[in-house]
Parts: sequence; structure tokens; C-alpha cells
Amino acid sequence: MPLKKLNDWLLPPDLKRNIDNAPKPLGSLDYDRWGYHRATAYKAASAVRFLYEHYFKVRAYGRENIPKQGRVLIIANHSGYLPLDGALLGYSLLSNPYAPRVPRAMVERLFTSFPYIGDFFNQIGAVTGQTQNCLDMLKQDEAVIVFPEGIRGTGKGFAKRYQLQRFGNGFMDIAIETNTPIIPVGIVGCEEALPMLGNAKGLAQKFGLPYFPITLPLPIPARVTLNFGEPLYFQGPVHSEDELEAKVNIVKAKIRQLIVEAQHKQGAK
Amino acid sequence: MTTSALPCILITGAAGALAQQVIARLRDKYRLVVCDTRREVSMPEDIPSYRLDFNKRRFEDLFKEYNFDGIIHLGRIGSNENSREGRYNANVIGSQRLLDLARKYHVKQTVILSTYFVYGAHPLNPAYLSESAPLKAAGITMDLVDSVELENLSTIYLWKYPELNITILRPCNIVGPGVNNTLSQLLMQKRVPVLMGYSPMMQFIHLEDMADAIVVAFEKNHAGIYNIAPDDCVPYQVAVELCGCKKLPIPSIPEAMPMLIAKVSKRELFPPHLLDYFKHAATIDGSLFSQTFDFKPRYGLKDIFAHYRHLKS
Repeated sequence: MPLKKLNDWLLPPDLKRNIDNAPKPLGSLDYDRWGYHRATAYKAASAVRFLYEHYFKVRAYGRENIPKQGRVLIIANHSGYLPLDGALLGYSLLSNPYAPRVPRAMVERLFTSFPYIGDFFNQIGAVTGQTQNCLDMLKQDEAVIVFPEGIRGTGKGFAKRYQLQRFGNGFMDIAIETNTPIIPVGIVGCEEALPMLGNAKGLAQKFGLPYFPITLPLPIPARVTLNFGEPLYFQGPVHSEDELEAKVNIVKAKIRQLIVEAQHKQGAK
Repeated sequence: MTTSALPCILITGAAGALAQQVIARLRDKYRLVVCDTRREVSMPEDIPSYRLDFNKRRFEDLFKEYNFDGIIHLGRIGSNENSREGRYNANVIGSQRLLDLARKYHVKQTVILSTYFVYGAHPLNPAYLSESAPLKAAGITMDLVDSVELENLSTIYLWKYPELNITILRPCNIVGPGVNNTLSQLLMQKRVPVLMGYSPMMQFIHLEDMADAIVVAFEKNHAGIYNIAPDDCVPYQVAVELCGCKKLPIPSIPEAMPMLIAKVSKRELFPPHLLDYFKHAATIDGSLFSQTFDFKPRYGLKDIFAHYRHLKS
């Protein structure tokens, strides 16, 4: 009985139910095609729950905008030298009181090729940022988190905090091709939680990394705010890269606006 | 119908466990002739069996003598057999001769067994590798050049000579009793090497299901290229555990470490050219085959692994 209490404390039954009820096409051994594993998702949810609720005291606004079912792209700004924002965003979707989703996240290709890290990411639902993977997941009506800034966002350094970097256009192509709504999200707080004060370029080069952060030994328990916008719908055909970029810029502008709103909300608290 | 009125089929690679299963399924419906480049296979009296080299004159004599209606080419030499040159001669040059002879003697249908290895294991592989995905294996290792070349050659003949009705099958890991490929050999061991920090998703198909797939592909005859795999995957290290094996963890970094350990311990841990397949996934989308041929494997992963577990008890 004490063990059950401990389990329930680590992973409350409603959260577990959200994971269990997620319509994932799992195989006979509880793995899906990309390596998502339900038992690992429980553990990850327990760990992130602590960070979300107690360490970063995350506030999420606008989660009623997330569709209860069906394909959706969650597009957000990327910040902090580690994908902490992805973990918090994912947990926010999982614990959404309006419509919980067990999301997928497209992660930097570099991470999924690292030993241990790649497998762990796959088991909790993160997948190599590759167009075909994203298309296949949306076809299965998944909620997919994409950070179009990619490594440019996480590696930009603290001095450039909240300055949106160039967005990749791939997500827009995918959204149009699969007729998927986009939920823009402005994230505030991860820049302060994981401040990258400098980049040890020599070490980065030595280890084959895009950057090697000079930072504090532990994340700062800064308050994080997630501000979800209303769904955006885009339609094709798109005749040129400029036309596509114009649509991407609409999303970018919306995210910029959501960040400003989130900063105000955070300041008001 | 008398025996001689039945269509005549040539089955290559007859010494393999898969070919034995295919032969067992087809022998009552067709006149079978079997051959293998490795050894003469003992067969019932009504099935002529030959050991021969596809590149020798004697091979053509078979076509003249039996007037084949169809060929099931299962004789691809696996990457764990023969030297690189030997495999190239058998798999590429030999298969080209087979296809040329098929044209010359008006064979109506050819099924060619390939492998999913041709896609290559790469960190950027999508989880659903479709039949149109690029064949990257040759760019990753020279030891799989023969497999990719065989595919390319077969594809050229498939489009150029539609009368041959070529069906190319790319199965995932075939495992089960009697299978002697790399994966099966590994899973038969008590202690199986695993690369620390890597457990790529893998697919397995039971030998009998694969034999059924070949038979249905032959009988329904829809020319084209098809992946064959169930839509059920498992990480390699979990498969190793479920097969009752103990894991032998091998450091995976730096990259040369596994080969260095193999050299020092004088034990082949992984075939060097397949090392990437134990690091990165190459999982294929078998839906086209399933839909086209109305095929569903009978054996699940747990049934498949039970065989290997029983071997150890």
C-alpha cells in the first residue's frame, strides 16, 4: 500500500490515465514505430511533473485552444541551451485539463544520434526532426511539437534572449500538405532558467557539437510561462519560397506577440 | 492434372531454411526444380536438385531442360557468407545471368528475395521507410554493395522487361528455427553483444510467415517492389532480453571501440559492416505488401522470441 501511495504521488492517477488513453498505435510490446514506450513515458512524466509544478512553477495560458483530438502542430520559440522548453511544453499538453494530449516532439538531429540520449528521447516520444517522420506522425493524428528555430534558438546565448532567430520553413510545408492547424506558443522563462553565458567553441568543435555552453552548474528555478495562441490555418498551393516564408512570418509574428503577452502576465504575477 | 502438366518453377538458394519452407508449400501445386551454389540439397525424388554456379554453362542447360514458368530467386548470398568478391559474383553477376536466361527462355514470372539492409541504418532514417526510400547501404559500407547492386539490377529488369513480371521482396529480419542469418545467430547465443547506449527499433518476421509471403507474392503475381514487415517493432536490447539472452555491453564510443574490442578479444561481436544496424533503426513500412497481397503475419513478436528462449532452456 505505501508503494501504491508513492506511485500515486509520483504519477497521479489522472496523469497516468492521460498517458494510457492516448490513442497511440503501440505494438504488442508497448512500443510504437518511433520507439515511444508507455512505461518510460510514465517515468518521464513523473520527473517532469516535479520540474513543472515545483521547480519552475510553470503557468500555462490558452490551453483551451489545443484540439482534443486530431493532428496539430505546436510551434514555439526555442530557448535555453537544453530542450527544457520542449519537456515543459510536452507536460503542459499532457496535463491539459481541457484536452490532454501525449505529444510528440521533433528534436535536433544531433541529439537522437547520441548514445543513451537518443534512445531515451525516442522512448518519451521525441523523434528526429525529419520531414517524413513529422508527416507520418501527423497522418496518425498526433500532436507534434516543433521548434522551427532549431539549434539557432538554443545556441543563441543569453545576450540574445527573446530575439527570435530564423525559422525553418519545413513546418509550414508540412502543415499545408497535411491540412494541419498550427497552435503558436510563446515561452517565457527558459532563457533565464538555462542561461548560456558563453560558448566554448574549441570544446564544441572537439566533441562535434554545435555549441558548448558556458553556464551555471544547475538550472535556475525561474518561473516559466507558456502562452498558447489560437489555432492558425494555412492553405496552399504555395508557389514560391518567398510565399512560404511570408506564411512562416505570420506564425513568427504571432509567437512574438504571445511572448510579449506572456512577459506581461509573468510580470503581473 | 498430371504432374508434367503443372507449371514448372525454379527455386534458387534451396539449402536455406526459408527455401525449404517455400518448397514444402509449393511442391503439391507445381513441378519444382531446386538449386544452390553452396551445396547439393537432398530433396525427395520428384524434385530435381542441383548444385551449380549461375555463371556456368550448366545453369542454362536447366532452362533448356525444364522450360521454367517461374523463378523464385532466394539464392542471394547473405552478408555473413562468402567473401565480398564471392558475394558480388554470385549476387550481382550470377543474378544478372539468371535474369538474362529468364528473358531468353520466356519465363513468365520472377520473385527475387532482397533485404531491408539495402536501405542502410542511418540516424536520419524515417521510422517508415517506404519502397521509394533511397538505398543508402552502399554509401555506408562496401560490404553491402552486392545487395544494393542486385536490387538496382532487378529494378532495371523490372521496368525494362515487364514480361518478366519481377517482384522484389525486401523483408525485415527473418528469424525462426533453422535460420542462419546474422540476427538469428546472435539471438541463439547465450550472451549477446549490445552497443552501450544504443537499442534501435527492429522488426522481425517468422520464417514461416516469410515463406507464406513469398508464396502469396508468387501466386498473386503483382510485379513491383515490396517491403515485408509486420507493423510491430521492438528495441534490439529488449529483443535480446526476451530471447533469454544475457547482454554483453560493448562500449560504443569512440566509434572504433567495438571493433577494437572485437580484435583484442579475438571474437567477432558484430559483423563490422552491420555495426550501424545495431546503432540506428532501419524500420520499413510493410503496408503496401500487406494491402496488395492481403497478407498478415501469423506469428507475433512474443511467439518469435519464444523459440530462441526455448533453445536456451
